[in-house]
This record gives sequence, structure tokens and C-alpha cells, in this order.
Amino acid sequence: MTEGCLELNYDIPANDFLHAGEASSSVKKMLNQLGVDPDKVKKTAISMYEAEINAVIHADGGAAHIEIWKDKVVIKICDKGPGIPNVELAMQEGYTTAPDHVRDMGFGAGMGLPNMKRYADSLDIDTAVGKGTTVTITVFLK
Amino acid sequence: MGTYFHSVTLDEEKCRGCTNCIKRCPTEAIRVRKSKARIINERCIDCGECIRVCPYHAKKAITDSFDMVNTFKYKVVIPAPSLYGQFKSVFSRNHILTALKMLGFDEVYEVAQAAEIVSKATKKFINKEGQKFPLISSACPAVVRLIQVRFPNLIDNILKFESPMEVAAKIARDKVMKKENLTKDEIGVFFITPCAAKMTSVKAPYERESSSVSGVISIKDVYLGVLNNLMRQKSCEDLIGAGYEGIRWANSGGESLALGTDSFLAVDGIHEVITILEEVENDRLEDVMFIEALACKGGCLGGPLTIENSYVAKTRLKKHIDEAKEKAIASSDHDDENDNIDWTGKVQYKPVLKLDDDIEKAIKKMEILQNIENELPGLDCGACGAPSCRALAEDIVRGNANETDCLFKLRDRVRELAIQMMELEAIMPPVMDKGSGGKGEK
Ligand SMILES: Nc1ncnc2c1ncn2[C@@H]1O[C@H](COP(=O)(O)OP(=O)(O)OP(=O)(O)O)[C@@H](O)[C@H]1O
Ligand code: SF4
Ligand code: SF4
Ligand SMILES: [Mg+2]
Repeated sequence: MTEGCLELNYDIPANDFLHAGEASSSVKKMLNQLGVDPDKVKKTAISMYEAEINAVIHADGGAAHIEIWKDKVVIKICDKGPGIPNVELAMQEGYTTAPDHVRDMGFGAGMGLPNMKRYADSLDIDTAVGKGTTVTITVFLK
Repeated sequence: MGTYFHSVTLDEEKCRGCTNCIKRCPTEAIRVRKSKARIINERCIDCGECIRVCPYHAKKAITDSFDMVNTFKYKVVIPAPSLYGQFKSVFSRNHILTALKMLGFDEVYEVAQAAEIVSKATKKFINKEGQKFPLISSACPAVVRLIQVRFPNLIDNILKFESPMEVAAKIARDKVMKKENLTKDEIGVFFITPCAAKMTSVKAPYERESSSVSGVISIKDVYLGVLNNLMRQKSCEDLIGAGYEGIRWANSGGESLALGTDSFLAVDGIHEVITILEEVENDRLEDVMFIEALACKGGCLGGPLTIENSYVAKTRLKKHIDEAKEKAIASSDHDDENDNIDWTGKVQYKPVLKLDDDIEKAIKKMEILQNIENELPGLDCGACGAPSCRALAEDIVRGNANETDCLFKLRDRVRELAIQMMELEAIMPPVMDKGSGGKGEK
């Protein structure tokens, strides 16, 4: 374990809509317990939630790796899904490839990535078609 | 610590140290120690869940005793609308109010009437431009306190208007001061409450310096007296002040219905409220204008200090609502409508769940906490006195518990010690060792 940093790991199960969001919800609780400013907790929780849901909906699940430092939170969500062919397009508000049955459940407004952009202090999307996607979200605490 | 007043307390004699309450508490405020439940005061939001769930009735709410009424020269009673749901439908609202007054009050003013003033102000407010939605009702003090400890991001969403109880107390007192030419302190204003949370609002208000209410008496404590009077009395006075919009506040959804918009969500029951507040916190309910969140199942009719089952009470209240509707009284006329009912105090985040003030230390503690939790069995059995294995791990990190409070950990320790003892026993001191020693002496 790295000194001064709290590392957390979660599995993100595939197609489990009922439990989707549990990882971000538990990270939110921890940040509150750590005494992180409520505003920053919100930024972290929402952007992580969106990335987590994307992994569930678009990529058969994956894994979350979180590092909490005294001055920042870094969240990596990795999946081995289909990848994103055109990131610029995917970043646009309203763009979605979510199938109907997913949209029926209230997902697929095409707002996830734009929301991440809005709430994260830095957002990095590393993706390769056929290989998978890693989304890295950083929120600064100072 | 210590100085913070809240109403819900434990009756030591009745408590058997079972674990029913610790698991239901929404803020993990209860621990069992030495066979007695203990409430961590700063965490308690007075939701009353533990009162409801305790099979031995060991949890109680501190409210004022009726004797306090007689210490005032002029006595005003302001009943919560949930009172009307407690009595058989043959009794009209005027009957009930008269019976209540006969307990020894000079004047009655319905809180339901003040609720209408709050409704009107809310209606105006939500239609103002540039409003941030959803607004969360502040009608239930337990919910406001929940937000203070668990949802700091939602403090801005709270509708910061005085409660109907405060508005009623102020109006009633002002009226009597004028009418009877009395000073403020000569008038006692007593709220008849369905819950502990309202008691705390009066003794330790979060939204103002001090309450206008002089005392709080539970529905339970006046019930028999009112019932007796109802049986005896034939005629009744005309004491009704409120219309159906105000009475309806006792129901879950009642406050929302008065707003004239469909864009509301009414949720009742503290655990369901938590689910909805999490949705709001994650920005997933931005399309809803108003959220009415009540700690009790069924709204105030399900309050922990009521007598009647909330479903029965709901049917009874419906009759009073219908009666008011027949007379076409939606709401009463108010000359006080333009009075300012904004909160004067500021509700703040109460980070009672925080591990340490220093984030670096907090991170260290969290790391230890995670490790401890991983070592615990994960059964959440409650035998250690904490609501879950994680809560025990938290208590250990905070220095309030030990790993061996866990029965499974204790058993492991005992087994280890037993093995060590066996090993020790097997080692014989040379002077007593008959087997190997003395061979050459034969
Ligand atoms: N992890 C991922 N793997 C593969 N494709 C992805 C992934 N994340 C996003 N995408 C693609 O980018 C599109 C836009 O994602 P975004 O999160 O903005 O919207 P959405 O998930 O479709 O809907 P919403 O997030 O509003 O429920 C998705 O429809 C999908 O095609
Ligand atoms: S009243 Fe509610 S918050 Fe307080 S101890 Fe009981 S269950 Fe917990
Ligand atoms: S719902 Fe009503 S009765 Fe229950 S705690 Fe809240 S205000 Fe009191
Ligand atoms: Mg998405």
C-alpha cells in the first residue's frame, strides 16, 4: 500500500442493474467519513457513478480502482468491453448507443460522459475498439 | 456533546439488551453495552424508529408533563392535525377540539390552519423564477436532521420556511396578547405532538434562536382525557379554523397536494426517505419540483406518539377532510398571510460520522478500518452490540470497542489460547518427567 494513500478495489458486475452504483455509493460514504468537503464528495460520487454505470451497460462490467489522497481522489474504471470508436462523438450530450431495453430502465439519455466532464476536475478516456476502455477521473480536494 | 438535547431516550429498566433497535436506526446511533442499549446523542435524529421497533417498549420520548400547563395564566393549545385521526368517526372536528380545550385550556388554534399559510407561501416560492429543484419540505424535523448528518449537499434544497407548529404558536400568542392584553410570558402555548422530533424542534430548534412553543405534550398523554370528555360532552363550541388543505398535512402527500402542481414526490418512512435523498444527491430527480419526505410510515398519522394504527387513522382523517370539502372550505382566510415565515437561523452540516478532523489521519484510520472489517466474519449478527461488522470496525478505530467484542473473534482467541495451553501442558518440567528421565539409574 502506498504511504498516505487509501486504495480501494471493487468489481463491477456485468448487467446487474439492480446493484449498479454500489461501488460509487460506498465510496461516497467513505469520503464523507473522511471529512471531505461535501461539494467534492458530490463531484466524485456523480462522476464515478456515471462511469460505473457505463461499464455495466456498455461493457459487461469491469473493475474500479480508487485512490484517495489527502489532496485528490483518483478513480479508474476499467472494462474489457467493445471500446468507444469515436470518443468525441460519445462525449456529445444526447449521444447514445444504448439499446431499447436499457433505455426503458431510464438509462441511455446520452448524458453520462458529459456529466463526468462537468463534475470531474480531469477526465481521461483510454479506449481501444475490441479491447476495452479505461476511464480515469480525478477530483482535487484542495 | 452532552449539552445537545434530543427527545428519544432509553428506559433502562425495560431494556433487555436485544439488538432489534440497533439494526433499524438510520444513523447507526445505537450500541448495546452491558446489556443495555445506548444512544449516541449527537447522531440521533429523533425519527422514532427505535421506539416503534422495541418489543419491550424500552425506548421513550421525553415530552412535557401536563402539569406545566397550569403554570401559565392564559393557556392555548395548538393540536397537530394527526390528532383528528385518533378518534372514532362519530366525533366531529369541533367535538374533538372542544374536548381538548376542556382539559384546561382557554383557547384552541389549529396547527392545520397555520399549515395553510405555509402552503400558500410555498406555492408562491416554487413558482418563482430561477428556483433550484427539487425543493425538499422541512415539515418533518427528523428528515431535516437526517439531511444535516447524512446529506450535507442537500441542505440548500431544504425549503426554509417555519413549520406550521411555529407559525401557529406565533399567531395564537399574538392574537391572545392583543385580545386579552397580556404579556408574552403570561401565555402558555402547548403543542399536541405525534412525535419526538417535534419536541426536539421546540427544545433545540435548528432554524431559529428559540421556539414560540412553551410546551409539548404527546397525543398519547392527552388521548384518554380527550376521549373521556368526548363521551361526556353533548354540545360543542365552534372552534374550527382550518380547511381540508390544512388537515390533509397529517397524511403523507397532504402538503404536496396543496401546491397545485403534479411535479411532486411524496415519500414516507425513514429508510425510504434515505433512498430518495440518495437519488436527489446524485442529481437524478432534477425533474421533480417538490419532495415531501416524512420520517414516519403514513406521515404524521404514523407518528411514534400516536395511539391509533396509521391506516385506521387515515380513514378517520378522511372523514374530516370530506366534511371540510362538503362545506367547501379549502383553506381558511388569513390576514397573517403576508407575515414573513423565513427561517432566521442557519441549518448546518453536522459531520458526526467523520473519523478525524485531519484528513491524513482520517485516511490512516480508514485504512485500518478496512483491514479490521476484512478480518471480521461479515455476518452483521449484532451480537457485539454494533449494527454491523463495519460499524464495529468503525467503533474499534474510534477506540470505542475491541476486536474481541465480536463473538467469532473471541472464539478464535479462546481456541488459540486453548491450543497454547495444551502445548504448555505437554511440556513437562524435568523434575516431574517420568518417561524420559532416570534411565541410567535403574
Ligand atoms: N465503457 C464504455 N464502453 C463502450 N462504450 C461506451 C462506454 N462508455 C460510453 N460508451 C459509449 O458512449 C455513449 C455515450 O455514453 P454516455 O454515458 O454519455 O451516455 P449513455 O450511457 O448512452 O446514457 P446515460 O449515461 O445518459 O444513461 C454510449 O451510448 C456508448 O455508446
Ligand atoms: S430515534 Fe431514530 S435516530 Fe434516534 S436512536 Fe432511535 S432510531 Fe436512531
Ligand atoms: S413524519 Fe410527522 S410525526 Fe413523524 S417524525 Fe416527522 S413530523 Fe414527526
Ligand atoms: Mg452512461
